[in-house]
Amino acid sequence: MSEMNGNKSFTGTSLRLKVGLAEMLKGGVIMDVMNVEQARIAEEAGAVSVMALERVPAMIRAEGGVARMAKPSLIKQIIQTVSIPVMAKARIGHFAEAQILQELGVDFIDESEVLTPADEAHHIDKHAFTTPFVCGARNLGEALRRIAEGAAMIRTKGEAGTGDVVHAVRHMRQIVKEMKALTMLSEQELYAAAKEHQAPYELIRMVAQTGKLPVPNFSAGGIATPADASLMMQLGAEAIFVGSGIFMKERATPLDVENDPKERAEAVSRAKAIVIATTHFNDPKILAEASESVTGTMKGLAAASIEESQLLQTRGW
Amino acid sequence: MTGSEKKPRIGVLAIQGDYAAHAEALADSGADPVEVRNPDGLDGLDGLILPGGESTTMLKFLERRGFFEALEKFAAGKPVFGTCAGAILLAREVRHPAQRSLRALDAVVERNAYGRQIDSKILIAPTSLPGGPLEMVFIRAPRIAETGPGVEVLARREGFPVLVRQGKLMAATFHPELSADRRVHRLFVDTVIASTQK
Repeated sequence: MSEMNGNKSFTGTSLRLKVGLAEMLKGGVIMDVMNVEQARIAEEAGAVSVMALERVPAMIRAEGGVARMAKPSLIKQIIQTVSIPVMAKARIGHFAEAQILQELGVDFIDESEVLTPADEAHHIDKHAFTTPFVCGARNLGEALRRIAEGAAMIRTKGEAGTGDVVHAVRHMRQIVKEMKALTMLSEQELYAAAKEHQAPYELIRMVAQTGKLPVPNFSAGGIATPADASLMMQLGAEAIFVGSGIFMKERATPLDVENDPKERAEAVSRAKAIVIATTHFNDPKILAEASESVTGTMKGLAAASIEESQLLQTRGW
Repeated sequence: MTGSEKKPRIGVLAIQGDYAAHAEALADSGADPVEVRNPDGLDGLDGLILPGGESTTMLKFLERRGFFEALEKFAAGKPVFGTCAGAILLAREVRHPAQRSLRALDAVVERNAYGRQIDSKILIAPTSLPGGPLEMVFIRAPRIAETGPGVEVLARREGFPVLVRQGKLMAATFHPELSADRRVHRLFVDTVIASTQK
């Protein structure tokens, strides 16, 4: 790894600490939250982390407009409310938003396609930060480009805000298939593979040797039920992000967890069940019990019905 | 240990966290690791590791199906090693914020006492273990604020214990499973082997 010395090396202190926190989140659920009450519910239900944002992807999709980093006051309130790590999203390429998030003490930054991209060619140089980053990917090349830029965790993009898991499945299967294929190649074939995947040769070689990404591989984008979480874990995900699936009622209306005890109970039941399903992803008996305990599920939007230009997953380069 | 001896079976609580890294470290240290997700998974184990991760999440699972009581019973008789979140679960008392714990290790542990992720650190420092200074990976680490008279301190950071032993129990506020150095896991495996021979 001659090109990745010092802090950019996988044996360097900075990246080891970043990947170390990602290791601690494995087997857990990271939940999108828009207010203090939702953050409280997530922690009570057993989430390993919360993602603080102003609008979940389903609302961003329905309401349109420019989606930006959450307000610092909201992020600070959530940091003060929970004892688990707090994540927040920055726009693709918006390193100034990332600098602010690091200053606020956020534990993980998601450079996310769910927000409106700020740069049409460049992602954030994530090596320049002490705070670890997670980035979305649809295939191995995209994952390795983000890792080369310093991402300490990869997640499938899926199609956020839909409650339709089909694209998360597509992306996870694609990444796993491409990693398997690399392990079959000879040393001399890896140079052409690097060109094909548009990814650094050193990282391609690492995957060819180990059969896995050099950072944890999580799943996001459309996961809405305990069964969805189990499916993604069985396909090779190491942890689960749930965005709109826990706190949304209709496509653009969240459950009123602050004022309506019945709707709060529904959010709690969904959150708890997905946490249980992620740990016991291989135990159908426990999965059946968890699924039965859920009192409702977000309505959702079939990903196949979305026009190409409206897809969030195509953002990122 | 020689190859002809039976390897000790050591469980790793696999609710959530870096249990796979612990299993690898145990296998490297001459033990047979077993993932434990349910209380009946404790049956027949010679020892147990409570890994790093989120202690609040682990507690939710332990509070179902009699898991907590089964663990309390296990920790009263057999070797248990807790790292980071696992050390929090083993403690007599947990602060910042207060939460339920197994009360097995005579120590008071404060959660997230060194700050947030930006304050996470890798330190190399002397310990009571033979073989020179030890690399210690601290991630959103808790602090052992107080220990009882029966607790032996094997390493410190800024005066506070970071690696302790009390009979068959061990706790670390750092992550030995994330370092290539296997001395801490070997010490635990030796403790397990000694307890099975009694």
